[in-house]
Amino acid sequence: MGIKKISKDGFSGLIEGLIAETTVIGVQSKGDKFVYDLLGSSANLRLDYDVTILPPKKYFLQPAEILLRFDGEKYEAEFDDEEFVLVGVHPYDMIAINQIDKLYSEDNFDSHYMRRRENATVIACDVARASENVFASSMGTATVSEGFDILLTDIGDFYVAESATDKGEKLLGKAEGVSTAEDEDLKAREKIQEENKKNLNKHKLGCKPSELPGLLEKAYNHPIWEELGKKCFSCGSCNQVCPTCYCFNVQDEVNWDLKSGTRKRVWDGCLLDGFTKVAGGHEFRKSRADRIKHRIYRKGKYVPEKIGGEIACVGCGRCVGACLTDIANPVKIYNRLIEDIGIGK
Amino acid sequence: MSGRREDRSIYQPELATVRDRKMLNETELYLRLSMDSGVLEYKPGQFVEVSVAGIGEAPISISSSPTADDGFELVIRRVGNVTNAIHKLQTGDKVGIRGPYGKGLYPVDEVKGKDLIFICGGIGLVPQRSFIKYVLANRGEYGQVTIFFGTKTVAQRLFASELSEWDKLEGVEVKETVDKPEEGWGGEVGVITTLIDKIDKDIRDAMIFACGPPVMYKFVLLALEEKKVKAKNIYLNLERKMKCGVGKCGHCQMNNYYVCIDGPVFCYSKLKDIPEAI
Ligand SMILES: Cc1cc2nc3c(=O)[nH]c(=O)nc-3n(C[C@H](O)[C@H](O)[C@H](O)COP(=O)(O)OP(=O)(O)OC[C@H]3O[C@@H](n4cnc5c(N)ncnc54)[C@H](O)[C@@H]3O)c2cc1C
Ligand code: SF4
Ligand code: SF4
Ligand code: FES
Repeated sequence: MGIKKISKDGFSGLIEGLIAETTVIGVQSKGDKFVYDLLGSSANLRLDYDVTILPPKKYFLQPAEILLRFDGEKYEAEFDDEEFVLVGVHPYDMIAINQIDKLYSEDNFDSHYMRRRENATVIACDVARASENVFASSMGTATVSEGFDILLTDIGDFYVAESATDKGEKLLGKAEGVSTAEDEDLKAREKIQEENKKNLNKHKLGCKPSELPGLLEKAYNHPIWEELGKKCFSCGSCNQVCPTCYCFNVQDEVNWDLKSGTRKRVWDGCLLDGFTKVAGGHEFRKSRADRIKHRIYRKGKYVPEKIGGEIACVGCGRCVGACLTDIANPVKIYNRLIEDIGIGK
Repeated sequence: MSGRREDRSIYQPELATVRDRKMLNETELYLRLSMDSGVLEYKPGQFVEVSVAGIGEAPISISSSPTADDGFELVIRRVGNVTNAIHKLQTGDKVGIRGPYGKGLYPVDEVKGKDLIFICGGIGLVPQRSFIKYVLANRGEYGQVTIFFGTKTVAQRLFASELSEWDKLEGVEVKETVDKPEEGWGGEVGVITTLIDKIDKDIRDAMIFACGPPVMYKFVLLALEEKKVKAKNIYLNLERKMKCGVGKCGHCQMNNYYVCIDGPVFCYSKLKDIPEAI
């Protein structure tokens, strides 16, 4: 697949064309923040954004989605087969999606998620502006090399556009204003990416991401978990905004006829009370300290063990801003552990 | 229907028909079911998700042995929404089934020739019964079988006539205890560990299988330690909240293990490295 460049006008035209024929979701401003939403005009697209409130995961694993419909005793699986284009995915969010792709396709193939993933065309873009709490540079997630169909890098009047799939190639083929990316364009892109690898770093992790599982190996009984547990409200916001959280609950809804209805899955969070509670009242992970620990271990050790070592915190910084009591920042936790117990063997 | 995995949902229940039902006591319902399409193939220790449209699903252990050829059996305690709805099912009714799930890690082949001790607390007898019946169907391949069964009250006992049938078999011994005895009770009195404490032979080479409420395990493990049983000879059948059964929803996780896909039966030597397990 190739790397080309496309004029900004050409790209706007491409988006307008897509809006006319399919569902296009893109990053737009909302107050002084940014969100993914249905795009009505290319003029509303804000590829210069810093971070969105919620990650783009919500288009693949929806906050509430129908898994099945039932009528009497008959069940029928429901799949969402609408094609859509998702524009503006930052590298760290792309990497989070790539991770969930693995988790939802391995072992037991989740076709509800995977079909949405197949129906999507993803236009990613390199970060143009660092958000307040991003630490992707620390996590090695400031740039991305796979998962997208097209990756854009803003180099002034043009975007460098790398297509990684047939879908992406075809789409660029339709656009106007596309030309060969010259050496200087590629250099300009490389410069931006190299800078992002250093500068998307508002919180600096004191070790390599690959050293985190080893660090956690030794931190299970550290006092920090109790300290944080005392401050946590158990509100689940840190789960809610996280691009790599993928736990869910399942609920049935019955129609007026009391016969037919839907079985839905809805986002759930391991910080919430009741997440592990069974009939009879026994709760397996009752203390907040244990739940905070679980979140950090899941991101830094358990999920990595399932997906080949990649750390399941991509440094988007959303949880840092979402936590009212300012305890969710993974870097602060890791750095404290490094300080207290060190990373060596 | 095409066979593409993309066209199938791992959350889609298949229909089964209730062939037989009876109440075993006040709260526990016995069901014998058969799948409407084909046979459910399973191993001792596996479970199914039972689905009631409009209410939800509940993970329920398979209580019959795979050696049985007339469907499969479940025993359901009435404790909440889904289990209440399951209790309303009548013979001939349809119910949704997904599974079987879990690895069903009873070491069916590894323990051949060994003495087996089953420690069952209350409804913990239900999953164990699958392996017990499997062992009894292949009697010659296993050593002495001891079954401990403890309930709070006499009224909560399960499969009482089956237990006394088993007790009559050569090389099988059944011992029962209740927390609160009543007139005419001939078994032991006290929690299940009383039965373990009273074992008067060397059980270091026996294989132990335990299933019961979460609080039971700590005490059973202590009692077994007294008897010098090694961790590798002990298997525990764990319960957790489950919302999917297929390793996705996250509810059943204990440290880096998922009880639904890695268990629910675990060797205690493995559980020792899982602080959230017991
Ligand atoms: C592997 C496994 C095997 C089991 N085998 C049996 C069995 O053979 N017989 C039997 O009677 N019970 C068994 N249980 C327990 C049974 O699944 C619960 O009692 C049942 O899910 C309760 O659901 P409810 O809707 O009736 O209760 P509610 O209290 O109304 O349920 C509330 C919610 O919590 C969840 N939940 C509550 N308790 C449990 C639980 N213990 N395990 C998982 N999810 C729970 C339910 O999914 C539901 O969403 C087993 C549990 C597990 C994990
Ligand atoms: S843990 Fe926090 S910083 Fe890491 S990916 Fe999740 S929301 Fe982003
Ligand atoms: S956002 Fe903060 S207060 Fe809320 S659950 Fe997470 S750590 Fe606790
Ligand atoms: S029950 Fe959902 S992950 Fe185990």
